[in-house]
Amino acid sequence: MEKFFSQSQEYLPFLFQGVTYTILVMLCAFALATGLGLILAFMRVSGIVPLAWVARTVIVVVRGIPGLVTLYYIYFVFPDFGIALTAVQAAIIGLGIAYSPYMAEIFRAGIEAIDRGQTEAALSIGMHWGLVMRRVVLPQAVRVALPPYGSTMVMLLKDSSLASTITVADLSLQGKLLASSTFENTTVFTLVALIYLAMSLPLTAFNSWLERKLRRS
Amino acid sequence: MTATHALPPQAAATRNGTPPWPVEKIAVLDLHKSFGSIEVLKGISFTANQGDVVAILGSSGSGKSTLLRCVNFLETPDAGEIIVCGENVRMRRRRDGRQAPADPAQLTRVRTRASMVFQSFNLWPHMTILENVIEAPVHVQRRPRKDCIEEAEALLDKVGLAAKRHEYPAVLSGGQQQRAAIARALASHPEVLLFDEPTSALDPELVGEVLKVMRALAEEGRTMLVVTHEMGFARHVSTRSLFLHQGRVEEEGASAEMFAHPRTDRFRQFIQRSQS
Repeated sequence: MEKFFSQSQEYLPFLFQGVTYTILVMLCAFALATGLGLILAFMRVSGIVPLAWVARTVIVVVRGIPGLVTLYYIYFVFPDFGIALTAVQAAIIGLGIAYSPYMAEIFRAGIEAIDRGQTEAALSIGMHWGLVMRRVVLPQAVRVALPPYGSTMVMLLKDSSLASTITVADLSLQGKLLASSTFENTTVFTLVALIYLAMSLPLTAFNSWLERKLRRS
Repeated sequence: MTATHALPPQAAATRNGTPPWPVEKIAVLDLHKSFGSIEVLKGISFTANQGDVVAILGSSGSGKSTLLRCVNFLETPDAGEIIVCGENVRMRRRRDGRQAPADPAQLTRVRTRASMVFQSFNLWPHMTILENVIEAPVHVQRRPRKDCIEEAEALLDKVGLAAKRHEYPAVLSGGQQQRAAIARALASHPEVLLFDEPTSALDPELVGEVLKVMRALAEEGRTMLVVTHEMGFARHVSTRSLFLHQGRVEEEGASAEMFAHPRTDRFRQFIQRSQS
Protein backbone atom coordinates (compact mmCIF):
# COMPACT_ATOMS: atom_id res chain seq x y z
CA MET A 1 0.00 0.00 0.00
CA GLU A 2 2.81 2.34 0.93
CA LYS A 3 4.45 1.53 -2.38
CA PHE A 4 1.23 2.43 -4.16
CA PHE A 5 1.14 5.90 -2.61
CA SER A 6 4.77 6.69 -3.22
CA GLN A 7 4.47 5.55 -6.86
CA SER A 8 1.26 7.51 -7.25
CA GLN A 9 3.01 10.71 -6.33
CA GLU A 10 5.49 10.03 -9.04
CA TYR A 11 3.01 8.95 -11.74
CA LEU A 12 0.09 11.31 -11.20
CA PRO A 13 1.60 14.43 -12.84
CA PHE A 14 2.23 12.38 -15.98
CA LEU A 15 -1.33 11.03 -15.97
CA PHE A 16 -2.83 14.48 -15.35
CA GLN A 17 -1.26 15.66 -18.59
CA GLY A 18 -3.56 13.17 -20.26
CA VAL A 19 -6.57 14.32 -18.25
CA THR A 20 -6.45 17.69 -20.03
CA TYR A 21 -6.88 15.99 -23.40
CA THR A 22 -9.56 13.66 -22.08
CA ILE A 23 -11.61 16.59 -20.83
CA LEU A 24 -11.00 18.63 -23.97
CA VAL A 25 -12.06 15.81 -26.30
CA MET A 26 -15.01 14.86 -24.13
CA LEU A 27 -16.46 18.38 -23.75
CA CYS A 28 -16.04 19.36 -27.41
CA ALA A 29 -17.37 16.03 -28.70
CA PHE A 30 -20.30 16.32 -26.31
CA ALA A 31 -21.16 19.80 -27.57
CA LEU A 32 -20.89 18.63 -31.18
CA ALA A 33 -22.99 15.51 -30.54
CA THR A 34 -25.65 17.63 -28.80
CA GLY A 35 -25.82 20.07 -31.71
CA LEU A 36 -25.95 17.36 -34.38
CA GLY A 37 -28.41 15.35 -32.29
CA LEU A 38 -30.76 18.34 -31.97
CA ILE A 39 -30.67 18.92 -35.72
CA LEU A 40 -31.37 15.24 -36.46
CA ALA A 41 -34.17 15.12 -33.88
CA PHE A 42 -35.83 18.25 -35.31
CA MET A 43 -35.60 16.79 -38.80
CA ARG A 44 -37.27 13.58 -37.60
CA VAL A 45 -40.18 15.30 -35.86
CA SER A 46 -40.57 18.07 -38.47
CA GLY A 47 -43.30 16.21 -40.35
CA ILE A 48 -41.46 16.97 -43.59
CA VAL A 49 -41.06 13.55 -45.18
CA PRO A 50 -37.69 13.99 -47.00
CA LEU A 51 -36.08 15.57 -43.93
CA ALA A 52 -37.35 12.84 -41.63
CA TRP A 53 -36.11 10.20 -44.06
CA VAL A 54 -32.62 11.70 -44.27
CA ALA A 55 -32.41 11.94 -40.48
CA ARG A 56 -33.56 8.35 -40.01
CA THR A 57 -31.00 7.10 -42.52
CA VAL A 58 -28.16 9.05 -40.91
CA ILE A 59 -29.12 7.71 -37.50
CA VAL A 60 -29.24 4.09 -38.66
CA VAL A 61 -25.97 4.28 -40.62
CA VAL A 62 -23.90 6.14 -38.03
CA ARG A 63 -25.25 4.09 -35.15
CA GLY A 64 -24.37 0.90 -36.99
CA ILE A 65 -20.68 1.76 -37.30
CA PRO A 66 -18.37 1.35 -34.29
CA GLY A 67 -17.06 4.63 -32.92
CA LEU A 68 -13.54 3.27 -33.25
CA VAL A 69 -14.00 2.73 -36.98
CA THR A 70 -15.47 6.23 -37.36
CA LEU A 71 -12.35 7.64 -35.72
CA TYR A 72 -10.04 5.59 -37.96
CA TYR A 73 -12.01 6.72 -40.97
CA ILE A 74 -11.76 10.39 -40.14
CA TYR A 75 -8.11 10.28 -39.10
CA PHE A 76 -6.70 7.85 -41.66
CA VAL A 77 -9.07 8.01 -44.65
CA PHE A 78 -10.02 11.69 -44.84
CA PRO A 79 -6.44 12.76 -45.66
CA ASP A 80 -6.82 10.77 -48.90
CA PHE A 81 -9.59 13.22 -49.82
CA GLY A 82 -7.43 16.19 -48.88
CA ILE A 83 -8.93 16.71 -45.42
CA ALA A 84 -6.06 16.44 -42.98
CA LEU A 85 -7.01 16.89 -39.34
CA THR A 86 -4.94 16.81 -36.18
CA ALA A 87 -5.51 13.83 -33.94
CA VAL A 88 -7.45 15.91 -31.42
CA GLN A 89 -9.65 17.45 -34.13
CA ALA A 90 -10.33 14.04 -35.62
CA ALA A 91 -11.18 12.61 -32.19
CA ILE A 92 -13.63 15.42 -31.41
CA ILE A 93 -15.35 15.26 -34.77
CA GLY A 94 -15.39 11.47 -34.84
CA LEU A 95 -16.81 11.04 -31.35
CA GLY A 96 -19.23 13.92 -31.92
CA ILE A 97 -20.59 12.21 -35.01
CA ALA A 98 -20.56 8.74 -33.46
CA TYR A 99 -22.63 9.96 -30.51
CA SER A 100 -25.07 12.15 -32.43
CA PRO A 101 -27.56 9.33 -33.20
CA TYR A 102 -27.93 8.52 -29.50
CA MET A 103 -28.46 12.20 -28.74
CA ALA A 104 -31.00 12.48 -31.57
CA GLU A 105 -33.00 9.55 -30.25
CA ILE A 106 -32.90 10.87 -26.69
CA PHE A 107 -34.18 14.27 -27.85
CA ARG A 108 -36.82 12.71 -30.10
CA ALA A 109 -38.08 10.56 -27.22
CA GLY A 110 -38.29 13.69 -25.07
CA ILE A 111 -40.17 15.64 -27.72
CA GLU A 112 -42.57 12.82 -28.52
CA ALA A 113 -43.30 12.24 -24.83
CA ILE A 114 -45.01 15.62 -24.63
CA ASP A 115 -48.79 15.31 -24.81
CA ARG A 116 -50.35 16.22 -28.15
CA GLY A 117 -52.72 18.58 -26.32
CA GLN A 118 -49.78 20.75 -25.30
CA THR A 119 -48.88 21.33 -28.93
CA GLU A 120 -52.50 21.83 -29.92
CA ALA A 121 -53.03 24.48 -27.27
CA ALA A 122 -49.97 26.30 -28.61
CA LEU A 123 -51.07 25.98 -32.24
CA SER A 124 -54.60 27.07 -31.39
CA ILE A 125 -53.38 30.48 -30.21
CA GLY A 126 -51.53 31.02 -33.46
CA MET A 127 -47.98 29.87 -32.68
CA HIS A 128 -45.89 28.66 -35.59
CA TRP A 129 -43.88 25.45 -35.42
CA GLY A 130 -40.65 27.04 -34.20
CA LEU A 131 -42.38 28.93 -31.42
CA VAL A 132 -44.31 25.83 -30.33
CA MET A 133 -41.01 23.98 -30.02
CA ARG A 134 -39.16 26.76 -28.23
CA ARG A 135 -41.85 27.88 -25.82
CA VAL A 136 -43.89 24.76 -25.12
CA VAL A 137 -42.34 21.46 -26.22
CA LEU A 138 -38.59 21.78 -25.57
CA PRO A 139 -38.83 23.19 -22.02
CA GLN A 140 -40.88 20.12 -21.11
CA ALA A 141 -38.91 17.68 -23.26
CA VAL A 142 -35.69 18.65 -21.47
CA ARG A 143 -37.02 17.15 -18.26
CA VAL A 144 -37.82 13.86 -19.94
CA ALA A 145 -34.52 13.72 -21.80
CA LEU A 146 -32.24 14.73 -18.96
CA PRO A 147 -31.62 11.32 -17.28
CA PRO A 148 -30.58 9.49 -20.48
CA TYR A 149 -28.70 12.63 -21.59
CA GLY A 150 -26.67 12.49 -18.38
CA SER A 151 -25.84 8.80 -18.84
CA THR A 152 -24.69 9.50 -22.37
CA MET A 153 -22.42 12.22 -21.04
CA VAL A 154 -20.70 9.70 -18.76
CA MET A 155 -20.49 7.14 -21.57
CA LEU A 156 -18.84 9.72 -23.78
CA LEU A 157 -16.33 10.54 -21.05
CA LYS A 158 -15.28 6.89 -20.95
CA ASP A 159 -15.37 6.41 -24.72
CA SER A 160 -13.11 9.43 -25.15
CA SER A 161 -10.39 6.84 -24.44
CA LEU A 162 -10.93 5.71 -28.04
CA ALA A 163 -9.05 8.87 -29.00
CA SER A 164 -5.89 7.21 -27.69
CA THR A 165 -6.03 4.81 -30.66
CA ILE A 166 -5.45 7.71 -33.04
CA THR A 167 -2.52 9.03 -31.00
CA VAL A 168 -4.29 11.60 -28.80
CA ALA A 169 -2.25 11.61 -25.59
CA ASP A 170 -5.27 11.34 -23.31
CA LEU A 171 -5.47 9.71 -19.91
CA SER A 172 -5.68 6.16 -21.22
CA LEU A 173 -2.75 6.58 -23.62
CA GLN A 174 -0.60 8.18 -20.92
CA GLY A 175 -1.49 5.26 -18.68
CA LYS A 176 -0.53 2.73 -21.32
CA LEU A 177 2.78 4.45 -21.99
CA LEU A 178 3.54 4.67 -18.31
CA ALA A 179 2.67 1.04 -17.68
CA SER A 180 4.79 -0.24 -20.54
CA SER A 181 7.80 1.75 -19.41
CA THR A 182 7.56 1.00 -15.67
CA PHE A 183 5.86 -2.44 -15.72
CA GLU A 184 3.85 -1.24 -12.69
CA ASN A 185 0.60 -2.31 -14.30
CA THR A 186 -1.37 -2.58 -11.07
CA THR A 187 -0.54 0.86 -9.79
CA VAL A 188 -0.86 2.63 -13.11
CA PHE A 189 -4.17 1.14 -14.26
CA THR A 190 -5.70 1.44 -10.80
CA LEU A 191 -4.84 5.13 -10.90
CA VAL A 192 -6.24 5.48 -14.43
CA ALA A 193 -9.50 3.79 -13.39
CA LEU A 194 -9.79 5.97 -10.29
CA ILE A 195 -9.22 9.16 -12.27
CA TYR A 196 -11.95 8.23 -14.81
CA LEU A 197 -14.29 7.47 -11.93
CA ALA A 198 -13.41 10.75 -10.24
CA MET A 199 -14.23 12.63 -13.44
CA SER A 200 -17.58 10.89 -13.88
CA LEU A 201 -18.79 11.65 -10.35
CA PRO A 202 -19.10 15.44 -10.82
CA LEU A 203 -20.96 14.83 -14.09
CA THR A 204 -23.44 12.57 -12.34
CA ALA A 205 -23.81 15.03 -9.48
CA PHE A 206 -24.34 17.93 -11.87
CA ASN A 207 -27.00 15.95 -13.68
CA SER A 208 -28.93 15.02 -10.55
CA TRP A 209 -28.77 18.62 -9.40
CA LEU A 210 -30.17 19.77 -12.75
CA GLU A 211 -32.94 17.17 -12.59
CA ARG A 212 -33.92 18.28 -9.09
CA LYS A 213 -33.85 21.93 -10.10
CA LEU A 214 -36.11 21.35 -13.09
CA ARG A 215 -38.51 19.17 -11.17
CA ARG A 216 -39.09 21.89 -8.60
CA SER A 217 -40.56 24.35 -11.08
CA MET B 1 -81.70 32.04 -41.15
CA THR B 2 -82.36 35.48 -39.70
CA ALA B 3 -85.49 34.34 -37.97
CA THR B 4 -83.45 32.08 -35.72
CA HIS B 5 -81.52 34.99 -34.27
CA ALA B 6 -84.05 35.95 -31.67
CA LEU B 7 -82.01 36.39 -28.52
CA PRO B 8 -83.02 36.06 -24.90
CA PRO B 9 -83.81 39.53 -23.49
CA GLN B 10 -80.95 39.56 -21.00
CA ALA B 11 -78.43 38.86 -23.76
CA ALA B 12 -79.86 41.52 -26.04
CA ALA B 13 -79.86 44.12 -23.28
CA THR B 14 -76.11 43.83 -22.71
CA ARG B 15 -75.32 44.12 -26.36
CA ASN B 16 -75.08 47.89 -26.72
CA GLY B 17 -72.53 49.04 -29.21
CA THR B 18 -73.04 46.17 -31.64
CA PRO B 19 -75.04 46.82 -34.77
CA PRO B 20 -78.64 45.59 -34.81
CA TRP B 21 -78.07 43.64 -38.01
CA PRO B 22 -76.35 40.25 -37.89
CA VAL B 23 -72.57 40.26 -38.38
CA GLU B 24 -71.33 36.91 -39.56
CA LYS B 25 -68.40 35.58 -37.51
CA ILE B 26 -68.15 31.96 -38.58
CA ALA B 27 -69.41 30.42 -41.78
CA VAL B 28 -68.87 26.79 -42.64
CA LEU B 29 -69.87 25.64 -46.11
CA ASP B 30 -70.21 22.01 -47.13
CA LEU B 31 -67.41 20.79 -44.88
CA HIS B 32 -66.07 17.28 -45.43
CA LYS B 33 -63.51 15.46 -43.32
CA SER B 34 -62.39 11.84 -43.31
CA PHE B 35 -59.99 9.95 -41.10
CA GLY B 36 -58.68 7.14 -43.25
CA SER B 37 -61.71 5.48 -44.81
CA ILE B 38 -64.16 6.82 -42.21
CA GLU B 39 -65.97 9.96 -43.28
CA VAL B 40 -66.60 11.88 -40.08
CA LEU B 41 -68.11 15.06 -41.55
CA LYS B 42 -70.32 14.61 -44.59
CA GLY B 43 -71.05 18.10 -45.76
CA ILE B 44 -71.72 20.40 -42.82
CA SER B 45 -72.89 23.97 -43.31
CA PHE B 46 -73.77 26.53 -40.67
CA THR B 47 -73.15 30.12 -39.73
CA ALA B 48 -72.70 31.89 -36.42
CA ASN B 49 -73.30 35.61 -36.12
CA GLN B 50 -71.85 38.01 -33.61
CA GLY B 51 -73.33 37.31 -30.20
CA ASP B 52 -74.52 33.83 -31.06
CA VAL B 53 -73.86 31.13 -28.52
CA VAL B 54 -74.12 27.97 -30.57
CA ALA B 55 -74.35 24.66 -28.75
CA ILE B 56 -73.05 21.84 -30.92
CA LEU B 57 -74.78 18.67 -29.77
CA GLY B 58 -74.73 15.03 -30.76
CA SER B 59 -73.84 11.61 -29.46
CA SER B 60 -70.21 10.52 -29.46
CA GLY B 61 -68.95 9.84 -32.95
CA SER B 62 -71.32 12.36 -34.49
CA GLY B 63 -68.37 14.54 -35.54
CA LYS B 64 -69.04 17.51 -33.30
CA SER B 65 -65.51 17.80 -31.89
CA THR B 66 -64.01 17.32 -35.35
CA LEU B 67 -66.21 20.13 -36.64
CA LEU B 68 -65.00 22.49 -33.92
CA ARG B 69 -61.38 21.51 -34.44
CA CYS B 70 -61.75 22.25 -38.15
CA VAL B 71 -62.85 25.81 -37.35
CA ASN B 72 -59.50 26.33 -35.57
CA PHE B 73 -57.65 24.26 -38.21
CA LEU B 74 -56.32 21.76 -35.71
CA GLU B 75 -57.89 19.40 -38.24
CA THR B 76 -57.59 20.28 -41.88
CA PRO B 77 -60.83 19.83 -43.80
CA ASP B 78 -60.77 17.67 -46.94
CA ALA B 79 -63.26 19.87 -48.75
CA GLY B 80 -65.49 22.84 -48.07
CA GLU B 81 -64.94 26.37 -46.94
CA ILE B 82 -64.42 27.88 -43.52
CA ILE B 83 -64.80 31.64 -43.18
CA VAL B 84 -63.63 33.07 -39.87
CA CYS B 85 -64.46 36.73 -39.22
CA GLY B 86 -64.85 37.40 -42.91
CA GLU B 87 -61.64 35.68 -43.91
CA ASN B 88 -61.90 32.70 -46.19
CA VAL B 89 -58.98 30.51 -45.20
CA ARG B 90 -57.09 29.61 -48.37
CA MET B 91 -56.04 26.04 -48.81
CA ARG B 92 -53.43 24.42 -51.00
CA ARG B 93 -53.21 20.86 -52.16
CA ARG B 94 -50.21 18.93 -50.89
CA ARG B 95 -48.37 16.39 -52.97
CA ASP B 96 -50.13 13.51 -51.20
CA GLY B 97 -53.46 14.96 -52.32
CA ARG B 98 -54.58 16.27 -48.93
CA GLN B 99 -55.28 19.91 -48.22
CA ALA B 100 -53.22 22.19 -46.02
CA PRO B 101 -53.62 25.87 -45.12
CA ALA B 102 -51.83 27.86 -47.81
CA ASP B 103 -50.80 30.95 -45.90
CA PRO B 104 -49.20 30.59 -42.43
CA ALA B 105 -49.70 34.29 -41.66
CA GLN B 106 -53.40 33.99 -42.40
CA LEU B 107 -53.61 30.84 -40.29
CA THR B 108 -52.05 32.64 -37.33
CA ARG B 109 -54.46 35.56 -37.81
CA VAL B 110 -57.50 33.31 -37.94
CA ARG B 111 -56.40 31.22 -34.95
CA THR B 112 -55.87 34.35 -32.89
CA ARG B 113 -59.42 35.47 -33.66
CA ALA B 114 -60.98 32.16 -32.70
CA SER B 115 -59.53 30.88 -29.41
CA MET B 116 -60.01 27.34 -28.26
CA VAL B 117 -60.75 25.87 -24.84
CA PHE B 118 -60.01 22.15 -24.61
CA GLN B 119 -61.62 19.26 -22.80
CA SER B 120 -58.38 18.43 -20.98
CA PHE B 121 -57.45 22.11 -20.34
CA ASN B 122 -53.98 21.72 -21.88
CA LEU B 123 -52.43 24.37 -19.69
CA TRP B 124 -48.66 24.41 -20.03
CA PRO B 125 -47.34 22.80 -16.84
CA HIS B 126 -43.93 24.51 -16.90
CA MET B 127 -45.48 27.98 -16.74
CA THR B 128 -47.39 29.65 -13.93
CA ILE B 129 -51.05 30.49 -14.48
CA LEU B 130 -50.15 34.11 -15.27
CA GLU B 131 -47.45 33.01 -17.70
CA ASN B 132 -49.94 30.73 -19.41
CA VAL B 133 -52.32 33.64 -19.88
CA ILE B 134 -49.77 36.15 -21.20
CA GLU B 135 -48.10 33.66 -23.56
CA ALA B 136 -50.22 34.42 -26.63
CA PRO B 137 -50.35 38.22 -26.33
CA VAL B 138 -46.62 38.49 -25.54
CA HIS B 139 -45.14 35.90 -27.88
CA VAL B 140 -47.65 35.66 -30.72
CA GLN B 141 -49.19 39.13 -30.85
CA ARG B 142 -46.04 40.82 -29.47
CA ARG B 143 -47.87 43.33 -27.34
CA PRO B 144 -45.97 45.08 -24.50
CA ARG B 145 -45.46 42.65 -21.64
CA LYS B 146 -46.51 45.13 -18.96
CA ASP B 147 -49.90 45.74 -20.59
CA CYS B 148 -50.42 42.03 -21.05
CA ILE B 149 -49.74 41.32 -17.38
CA GLU B 150 -52.21 43.99 -16.28
CA GLU B 151 -54.81 42.64 -18.62
CA ALA B 152 -54.13 39.03 -17.63
CA GLU B 153 -54.57 39.88 -13.98
CA ALA B 154 -57.93 41.46 -14.76
CA LEU B 155 -58.93 38.33 -16.72
CA LEU B 156 -57.85 36.02 -13.89
CA ASP B 157 -59.80 38.16 -11.47
CA LYS B 158 -62.82 37.77 -13.72
CA VAL B 159 -62.62 33.97 -13.64
CA GLY B 160 -61.96 34.08 -9.88
CA LEU B 161 -58.31 33.03 -9.96
CA ALA B 162 -56.48 36.24 -9.10
CA ALA B 163 -54.98 34.63 -5.99
CA LYS B 164 -53.63 31.67 -7.98
CA ARG B 165 -51.78 33.62 -10.65
CA HIS B 166 -48.29 32.62 -9.48
CA GLU B 167 -49.18 28.94 -8.97
CA TYR B 168 -48.38 26.17 -11.43
CA PRO B 169 -51.27 24.35 -13.08
CA ALA B 170 -50.51 21.06 -11.29
CA VAL B 171 -51.63 22.45 -7.91
CA LEU B 172 -55.01 23.63 -9.23
CA SER B 173 -58.23 21.65 -9.30
CA GLY B 174 -59.73 20.71 -12.65
CA GLY B 175 -62.32 23.46 -12.41
CA GLN B 176 -59.65 26.04 -11.63
CA GLN B 177 -57.48 24.78 -14.48
CA GLN B 178 -60.34 25.09 -16.93
CA ARG B 179 -61.16 28.60 -15.74
CA ALA B 180 -57.48 29.50 -16.20
CA ALA B 181 -57.65 28.01 -19.68
CA ILE B 182 -60.64 30.24 -20.43
CA ALA B 183 -58.66 33.28 -19.26
CA ARG B 184 -55.82 32.15 -21.53
CA ALA B 185 -58.22 31.91 -24.46
CA LEU B 186 -59.54 35.42 -23.77
CA ALA B 187 -56.08 36.98 -23.54
CA SER B 188 -55.55 37.27 -27.28
CA HIS B 189 -58.77 39.30 -27.72
CA PRO B 190 -60.54 36.67 -29.78
CA GLU B 191 -63.73 37.49 -31.65
CA VAL B 192 -64.98 33.93 -31.27
CA LEU B 193 -64.53 31.42 -28.45
CA LEU B 194 -64.48 27.71 -29.24
CA PHE B 195 -65.21 25.27 -26.42
CA ASP B 196 -64.51 21.58 -26.97
CA GLU B 197 -66.43 19.71 -24.25
CA PRO B 198 -65.09 22.07 -21.59
CA THR B 199 -66.70 20.28 -18.65
CA SER B 200 -66.41 16.64 -19.73
CA ALA B 201 -63.15 15.98 -17.90
CA LEU B 202 -64.32 17.55 -14.64
CA ASP B 203 -65.60 15.99 -11.45
CA PRO B 204 -69.35 16.63 -11.24
CA GLU B 205 -69.03 19.09 -8.35
CA LEU B 206 -66.61 21.25 -10.39
CA VAL B 207 -68.76 21.56 -13.51
CA GLY B 208 -70.83 24.40 -12.08
CA GLU B 209 -67.97 26.87 -11.58
CA VAL B 210 -66.88 26.50 -15.20
CA LEU B 211 -70.41 26.78 -16.56
CA LYS B 212 -70.89 29.93 -14.49
CA VAL B 213 -67.90 31.57 -16.18
CA MET B 214 -69.18 30.48 -19.59
CA ARG B 215 -72.62 31.84 -18.85
CA ALA B 216 -71.10 35.18 -17.85
CA LEU B 217 -69.23 35.27 -21.16
CA ALA B 218 -72.43 34.50 -23.04
CA GLU B 219 -74.20 37.33 -21.24
CA GLU B 220 -71.43 39.72 -22.33
CA GLY B 221 -72.57 38.99 -25.85
CA ARG B 222 -69.52 37.00 -26.89
CA THR B 223 -69.71 34.75 -29.91
CA MET B 224 -69.22 31.18 -28.78
CA LEU B 225 -69.30 27.72 -30.31
CA VAL B 226 -69.70 25.15 -27.58
CA VAL B 227 -69.45 21.41 -28.08
CA THR B 228 -71.10 20.08 -24.95
CA HIS B 229 -73.04 17.35 -23.21
CA GLU B 230 -74.43 19.86 -20.71
CA MET B 231 -78.03 19.99 -21.81
CA GLY B 232 -78.86 22.66 -19.26
CA PHE B 233 -76.30 24.96 -20.86
CA ALA B 234 -77.56 24.20 -24.34
CA ARG B 235 -81.18 24.78 -23.40
CA HIS B 236 -80.87 27.84 -21.18
CA VAL B 237 -77.67 29.66 -22.15
CA SER B 238 -77.04 28.95 -25.82
CA THR B 239 -79.00 30.98 -28.30
CA ARG B 240 -78.84 28.41 -31.06
CA SER B 241 -78.22 24.70 -31.23
CA LEU B 242 -76.80 22.47 -33.89
CA PHE B 243 -77.58 18.78 -33.56
CA LEU B 244 -75.23 16.51 -35.49
CA HIS B 245 -75.88 12.91 -36.36
CA GLN B 246 -73.38 10.74 -38.22
CA GLY B 247 -71.54 13.68 -39.72
CA ARG B 248 -74.56 15.66 -40.88
CA VAL B 249 -76.62 18.48 -39.37
CA GLU B 250 -79.79 16.70 -38.30
CA GLU B 251 -81.53 19.67 -36.77
CA GLU B 252 -80.69 23.30 -36.02
CA GLY B 253 -82.45 26.38 -34.79
CA ALA B 254 -83.06 28.65 -31.83
CA SER B 255 -82.30 26.61 -28.71
CA ALA B 256 -85.50 27.48 -26.82
CA GLU B 257 -87.61 26.51 -29.80
CA MET B 258 -85.63 23.36 -30.56
CA PHE B 259 -85.80 22.01 -27.03
CA ALA B 260 -89.49 22.89 -26.65
CA HIS B 261 -90.51 21.45 -30.01
CA PRO B 262 -87.93 19.06 -31.46
CA ARG B 263 -88.70 18.49 -35.12
CA THR B 264 -86.78 15.27 -35.68
CA ASP B 265 -87.20 11.95 -33.87
CA ARG B 266 -83.49 11.62 -33.37
CA PHE B 267 -83.20 14.94 -31.53
CA ARG B 268 -86.27 14.13 -29.44
CA GLN B 269 -84.70 10.82 -28.42
CA PHE B 270 -81.40 12.57 -27.76
CA ILE B 271 -83.07 14.99 -25.35
CA GLN B 272 -84.95 12.20 -23.61
CA ARG B 273 -81.84 10.04 -23.23
CA SER B 274 -79.81 12.89 -21.75
CA GLN B 275 -82.56 13.66 -19.24
CA SER B 276 -82.74 10.15 -17.84
